[in-house]
Amino acid sequence: MSTFLGMPVHAPRGVGHLRGDESFPDAARTALGDSQLRRNLQHATTTIRGKSGRVIAELPDWQELRSAGSALKSYTMAHLPELLEQLEEKVTAAGGVVHWAADANEADRIVTDLVRAAGEQRVIKVKSMATQEIGLNEALEAAGITPVETDLAELIVQLGNDKPSHILVPAIHRNRSEIREIFLRAMPGVDPKLTDDPPVLAGAARRYLRETFLSTKVAVSGANFAIADTGTLAVVESEGNGRMCLTLPETLITVMGIEKLVPTWQDLEVFLQLLPRASTGERMNPYTSMWTGVTPGDGPQNFHLVLLDNGRTAVLADEVGRQALHCIRCSACLNVCPVYERTGGHAYGSVYPGPIGAILSPQLTGVADNASLPYASSLCGACFDACPVKIDIPSILVHLRNQAPHPRTEAAVMAAAAYTMDHPRLYRSAQRAAKLSRIAGRRGRGLPPPLNGWSASRDLPAPPKETFRDWWRNR
Amino acid sequence: MRIALFVTCLADTMFPAAAKATVLLLERLGHEVVFPEEQTCCGQMHINTGYQKDALPLVKRHVKTFEPYDVVVAPSGSCVGSVRHQHAMVAGADAGLAARASAVAARTYELSELLVDVLGVEDVGAYYPHRVTYHPTCHSLRVLRVGDKPVRLLRNVRGLDLVELPAAEQCCGFGGTFSVKNADTSTAMLADKMRHVLDTGADVCTAGDASCLMHIGGGLSRLRTGVRTVHLAEILASTEA
Ligand code: SF4
Repeated sequence: MSTFLGMPVHAPRGVGHLRGDESFPDAARTALGDSQLRRNLQHATTTIRGKSGRVIAELPDWQELRSAGSALKSYTMAHLPELLEQLEEKVTAAGGVVHWAADANEADRIVTDLVRAAGEQRVIKVKSMATQEIGLNEALEAAGITPVETDLAELIVQLGNDKPSHILVPAIHRNRSEIREIFLRAMPGVDPKLTDDPPVLAGAARRYLRETFLSTKVAVSGANFAIADTGTLAVVESEGNGRMCLTLPETLITVMGIEKLVPTWQDLEVFLQLLPRASTGERMNPYTSMWTGVTPGDGPQNFHLVLLDNGRTAVLADEVGRQALHCIRCSACLNVCPVYERTGGHAYGSVYPGPIGAILSPQLTGVADNASLPYASSLCGACFDACPVKIDIPSILVHLRNQAPHPRTEAAVMAAAAYTMDHPRLYRSAQRAAKLSRIAGRRGRGLPPPLNGWSASRDLPAPPKETFRDWWRNR
Repeated sequence: MRIALFVTCLADTMFPAAAKATVLLLERLGHEVVFPEEQTCCGQMHINTGYQKDALPLVKRHVKTFEPYDVVVAPSGSCVGSVRHQHAMVAGADAGLAARASAVAARTYELSELLVDVLGVEDVGAYYPHRVTYHPTCHSLRVLRVGDKPVRLLRNVRGLDLVELPAAEQCCGFGGTFSVKNADTSTAMLADKMRHVLDTGADVCTAGDASCLMHIGGGLSRLRTGVRTVHLAEILASTEA
């Protein structure tokens, strides 16, 4: 007999970055008015779309790879408990220590205690979505520990006291002249004659980071993949700063969502083809770092793996929504999304923006806490086509809308509309009575809220003299 | 062939010209069109706004209404998309209804699909002397995958000057209740779509969905651009005489 342990819990409130302060439409309104942001985003997403499209077109088996990636992730989700235990066993056997964190608070506490135990006051960080999700930087700072982001874009965000707005390019909303200003203001020891030439900016970051790499004893990373049958962790990156963090310090702490698992070493073959082409538009990413526990005399001599739930088990419990856990964080869905391209990432209120954010954040927090996100899409389907692991994002959006709390008036209108449409005679009289011209005023300009959102920028069509069915009857 | 018209509530109420054109076109091609009067709405608006429970009776009604027919056509990629990809899901636990919904869906076609795939015509003998640009609506393109069928039909229309729409595959920003719930973002998307339409120099923008055309046309009209939107069915139904 099995014991029912209750439904899995969502990510707790008051910690981390999964909930915004405003609803999506309100936050989007502000973002849409920022002309610099619009230009930066349009330029960046158009460039990356083109690049990615070109390298994907080179592969004759792209669709088969997508199917393979999707199947591997489905298998992993169906066997998650066994695979996680296998991973724990292998990592432990290889000299690592595995910690289980039920939520953001636990994970933050585990990492903070580990840094304290190492006697350090500063950590270097590899770009990681999981640590942003749990608000690790804030937790470390509260404990008197300074986290230094080493990914260039993440560093720009950190120095600018800003929030990431893209999964892959956290500073996508900034252009180079803004980056120059941030560096001049906040980078210790920066050359005051700094220009906005990209190599010069990268050089300034490199000088600042090199010093930090060589003098910091603890690093914190995320992970792109963990291989259950070998206990190997993998980080995929472009800059090499991750490699520095993963190899130079004495202690390495990796925080990883429990869904990042793949069953076997060979499975990486599929994902390492999918990820770079879909994300940066490269055939292969410049750096792939892999490590298995601790290797005596080589690299960090203390390795800790923190396995993070923070609502993921609740996502797994939803038969339709669980596909969101297949995500490999490539950000292709952001780059093709017409909504993201115009609003940017901050409007989504969570570290996970764009289409994946619209399905993942509400599931991690519970839909009620992110009720506007499933509606932040026109259901155009571009994300589904772009996703390298074939996550059917539009269907999950529709599924979550069905769970979202509905405004009272809207629910009443929808029920009345459904009733009318289920009664052809009522429907016919409604059609005739819907003298939209009269209630709507001049081409819709007299519509009441919320319908005036439509008529603010679009005319309504002039109502026809007769409906189709009247014409049909009279012909 | 005997073809049942699934008119869609929007075309029935607001854009009867597109529905009439569908009837006249198919009759001109020698087919019999019937209009089952029990039909109302496929329920897509309810489903996509999160009201599947309210949509259920509409799905039942749709299935019951169209079950007797071998071929069903709608002048809308979006509504056919809903029938094909959502009706069985809404039926959910009612396995019998789900199976019947899938059977109806398998016989339901968007207009360009019916013409090219089922009836095997690409030249419908139309005449339309205008400069036209075609917007592939998202649900035609990515849910039904109609591909270039509408364009093939348009290329065979005499007198028609077809100009390619830049960034054609980007959404116009309609998205049903999205255009009301996220009116600002929708408007920003519409602004870019209109800019691309105007860049073509076309005097007519066409598409296979009255809903998206209502959106694009509403913007073009508000700005007094002088460019009008016309449903694909109306162009294909036009003749010289
Ligand atoms: S949902 Fe798919 S496309 Fe979007 S980030 Fe995840 S893997 Fe990439």
